[in-house]
Amino acid sequence: MTKQHQFEVVIVGAGGAGLMAALYASRGAKTAVISKLYPTRSHTGAAQGGIGASLGNLEEDRNEWHTFDTVKGSDYLGDQDVIEFMCNEAVPVVYELEHMGLPFSRTDDGRIAQRRFGGHTNNDTKQPVLRSCYAADRTGHMILQTLYQQCIKNEVNFFDEFQVLDLIISNGKAAGVVAIEMATGELHVFHAKSVIFATGGHGRVWEVTSNAYAYTGDGVAITLRRGLPAQDMEFFQFHPTGIMKLGILITEGVRGEGGVLLNREGDRFMNTYAPTVKDLASRDVVSRSMYLEIRDGRGINGKNYLNLDVRPETVNKYAELDGRINPDGSPYRVTGEDILSKLPDIIDFCRTYLGVDPLKQVMPVQPTAHYAMGGIPTNQYGEVLIDEKNTVMPGLYAAGEVACVSVHGANRLGTNSLLDIVVFGKQAGLKAAEYANGADFAPLPSDAADYTREQLDRFLNNKGDEKVNDVAVEMKSVMMDHVGVFRTEAGMKQAQEKIRELQARFKHASIDDKGKVFNTDLLNAWEIGSLLDIAEVTAASAVVRQESRGAHAREDFPKRDDKNWLKHTLAWVRDGKVDLRYKPVTITKYQPKERVY
Amino acid sequence: MQVDLRIFRYNPENGRHKPSFDTYTLEADPTDRVLDLMEQVKAYHDGTLSFRRSCAHGVCGSDAMRINGFNRLACKVLVQDVGNKITVEPLLGLRVIKDLIVDMEPFFENFRSVMPFLVNDDVPADGKERLQSISARERFDDTTKCILCAACTTSCPSFWSDGNYVGPAAIVNAHRFIFDDRDKAAGERLEILAEQEGAWRCRTAFNCTEACPREIHVTQAIAEVKQVLMTGQIK
Repeated sequence: MTKQHQFEVVIVGAGGAGLMAALYASRGAKTAVISKLYPTRSHTGAAQGGIGASLGNLEEDRNEWHTFDTVKGSDYLGDQDVIEFMCNEAVPVVYELEHMGLPFSRTDDGRIAQRRFGGHTNNDTKQPVLRSCYAADRTGHMILQTLYQQCIKNEVNFFDEFQVLDLIISNGKAAGVVAIEMATGELHVFHAKSVIFATGGHGRVWEVTSNAYAYTGDGVAITLRRGLPAQDMEFFQFHPTGIMKLGILITEGVRGEGGVLLNREGDRFMNTYAPTVKDLASRDVVSRSMYLEIRDGRGINGKNYLNLDVRPETVNKYAELDGRINPDGSPYRVTGEDILSKLPDIIDFCRTYLGVDPLKQVMPVQPTAHYAMGGIPTNQYGEVLIDEKNTVMPGLYAAGEVACVSVHGANRLGTNSLLDIVVFGKQAGLKAAEYANGADFAPLPSDAADYTREQLDRFLNNKGDEKVNDVAVEMKSVMMDHVGVFRTEAGMKQAQEKIRELQARFKHASIDDKGKVFNTDLLNAWEIGSLLDIAEVTAASAVVRQESRGAHAREDFPKRDDKNWLKHTLAWVRDGKVDLRYKPVTITKYQPKERVY
Repeated sequence: MQVDLRIFRYNPENGRHKPSFDTYTLEADPTDRVLDLMEQVKAYHDGTLSFRRSCAHGVCGSDAMRINGFNRLACKVLVQDVGNKITVEPLLGLRVIKDLIVDMEPFFENFRSVMPFLVNDDVPADGKERLQSISARERFDDTTKCILCAACTTSCPSFWSDGNYVGPAAIVNAHRFIFDDRDKAAGERLEILAEQEGAWRCRTAFNCTEACPREIHVTQAIAEVKQVLMTGQIK
C-alpha cells in the first residue's frame, strides 16, 4: 500500500536552498521538507570559502561591481536582470544570516570578515576586492547548520531519509511527489499545491569530482522524464584545485589568502594567462590554464597535476612582488598561524588524505568536476519555465544548484553558489506559499505511484549479469575524457555513442539486494540511471554549441561566438532523443565584450 | 597491499536474524579510505552491504562507525592508519537497522532538546550585522565545528548505560550557543542541562574527545557547561 500525505508546500532537498525555502514557505503555508539525507548531511556543508556580498566592511565595494563581475564571470551568458537582483539581495541576506546566528569570522571592529575570491574585483582599479563573507573555511557548514537550527526553532516538518523519485503533474500543474521511505522501502505519495525542487547538482557524472555521493542530479532527471526541459546543461564547472585523484575541494580562499599555483619549473604560470588578477582569475580560466600547462609537459614530474603553494614564505614573496597591501596601507604579510586560523579544514584535509602539511609543503592539485551552471529553468521567483517563451508551470519551483535562473551563465564565480541558494531559496519559498494560498489541490491521478514502482521493479526483477557499477564507471570515465575541461566534436560524439551503449546495457542491469529495508543497492541503481540521462543531455547540448564560452571550451572552436551562440540551450528528452531549442539571454546594462583577467 | 576487511552484518529480512561478520580480502592502496574499501565490497562482492555515506571527506557526518574498536568516519581513516586487518562495526548504543546503519532518531532528538538555535530577535536599527569581537567569536569557535555524526555520543559509557542522557553532541551544541555573546537563552538551555539526564551524567571518560573527527575538545566543552551550571557565570 502507498501511504498518502497532504501538504500545501512540499520541498525536495534540505540543503541551503531547501532549508531557506522551508523557513519562508512555512511562515505562510503548511510545509514539509523531504530529503534523502539528514539535512545536515547536505552538500551545502562542504562549501568552504564564503558567500559573496559587497558589504564593503574592509574596503570600498559596490553592488554594481558585484553585478558586473558576475556578468563577466558568466561569459555574458548569465541573465543580467536576475544577476543584478541577486547582487542587490546579497547584502541584506548576509545580514539576515548573521541575525539568524551564523558565526561569521569577524574584522578587528567586529564586523563580518571578508576575503578575496576569484573574479571579484574593484571595477575601477581592476584589482581583487575583499567581498567573500566567511566563517573560517567552513562557511557552507555554518550556513547549513544555521538554517537547520532555525528550522528546528520554527518547527518545520521534515521527512528525513525519504528519497523523491517522481513528480506528479495533474492537468498541467504540479500536484505532488512520490518518495520512498528508505528505512521501510514503502512508497509515499505527497499531495501538494506547490512543489519546490532543491536537490542540488550532478557532479557524480564525472570521474574526478568534489561532489558528494548524493549529488546525482535527481531533480533534473525527474523533470526531464516528466517532459520538462533542462537549461544550459553543457556548462559544468571544473574547479581548479581538487586534491589530486580524490577530487576533494581545496577552496579558492587559499589563493584569496595569497596562495599561488606553480608548475614543474616552479613558475607562477597564471602570470601568463591572467596578468592582472593572476591566480584569482575566474575558475574556467584557471582550470583551462592548468590543462594547457599539463598538456605542454609542465605538470609536476610531467604528470597531470600542479602544485598549490600557501606556505607563508611563498605567500609573502609573491605579495611583495605584487605590491599587495592591507586595507590600512601596510604591506600584506602572513604567518603560519594566520594561514592555520583562516584555513583550518584545508590544512586538516591535506594532512589526512595526502600526508602533506600545507604550511611546510605544496599541495598537488588538478581540476575537479564541481558545479552545474545548468539545470531546471526558472525565473527570479523560482518558478519553473517550461519552454523557450518562458511559460511558467503552475505550482512548480526550483532553487539552488538544481535550478538555472540563470545567474551563473557559462561559468559561476566562487561565493556565488552560497549566495544563489539563500537568495533564490527564499524567493521560491515565498512564491510557493503565496501560490498555495490562492490555489486548490490539483486532483491526484489514481496511479500516481505506478511509474515509480515500474522503475524500481525493473531493477528488482532483472536477472542479467550486467552490473550497475560497471556502467557507472564507464560513464564517468568517458565523460571525464571527452566532455570535461576541453572538448572536441570527435570526442563528444564518441562520448554520445558510449552513453547510448551504456543506456542500452543499463536496461538489463541487475542488483543484489531485493529487500525493503534500506535498499541502498536499489536507490544507487536508480541514481545511476539519472546520471546517465544527465550525461546524455550534457553531451548532446555541448556537441552542438560550436563556440567556446565559460566552462564550455572547444579545441575546434576556440573563440566565443556571440553572433550565433549568445543564447540559452533548452533540452528535452523525447522518445529517447534529445531535442534542443534556444532562448535569448537577457542583457540590460552590459554589452558583451572580450573577457580579460 | 592485501587487506582483510571484516564487516558486521545484520539484515532483518533475509534470515540474518543473528548478527554475524563477513570477511573480504581486498587489494588496496595504503592511502585508500576505509570507505573506499566498503564501496569496493558493495560494487564487486555484495550489493546488499548497507551503510550511509555522502561527502566522503569528513564534513557531512554520514559514515561514523566503529573501525577497529574506535568511533571514526570511514572516509577519514586511511588503510595506512589502521593496518591490513580492519574490523568495521556499527555505532554502539543506537539500534542497528541493517548492517552499519543505526537508528539516528534518538540522537537527533537529544540534539533538538537543548534548543540548538540562536535566540535573539533584536537587530541593529540600521539592519546591518550585530557586532561581535574577534575574541567573543573565538570563545565558541571549537563547538561550531560539530557535524552531528554521533561519534562522540555513541562512544560515551554514560550514554551506553542510559540512552536518555542527552549525550556529548547535544551538550557541544548547547555550548555553541551558551558561549555566543549574541544569544539570550543561555538560562533556559542551562535549566535543561541541569536536569538528571543533562550535563552531570558526564563522567569525564574522555572517549568523546578521542572520537571526535573534527577534533573538538568535547570533554572540555562539557566541563565548561558544568562550570556555568555551578557558578552561574558565563566566561
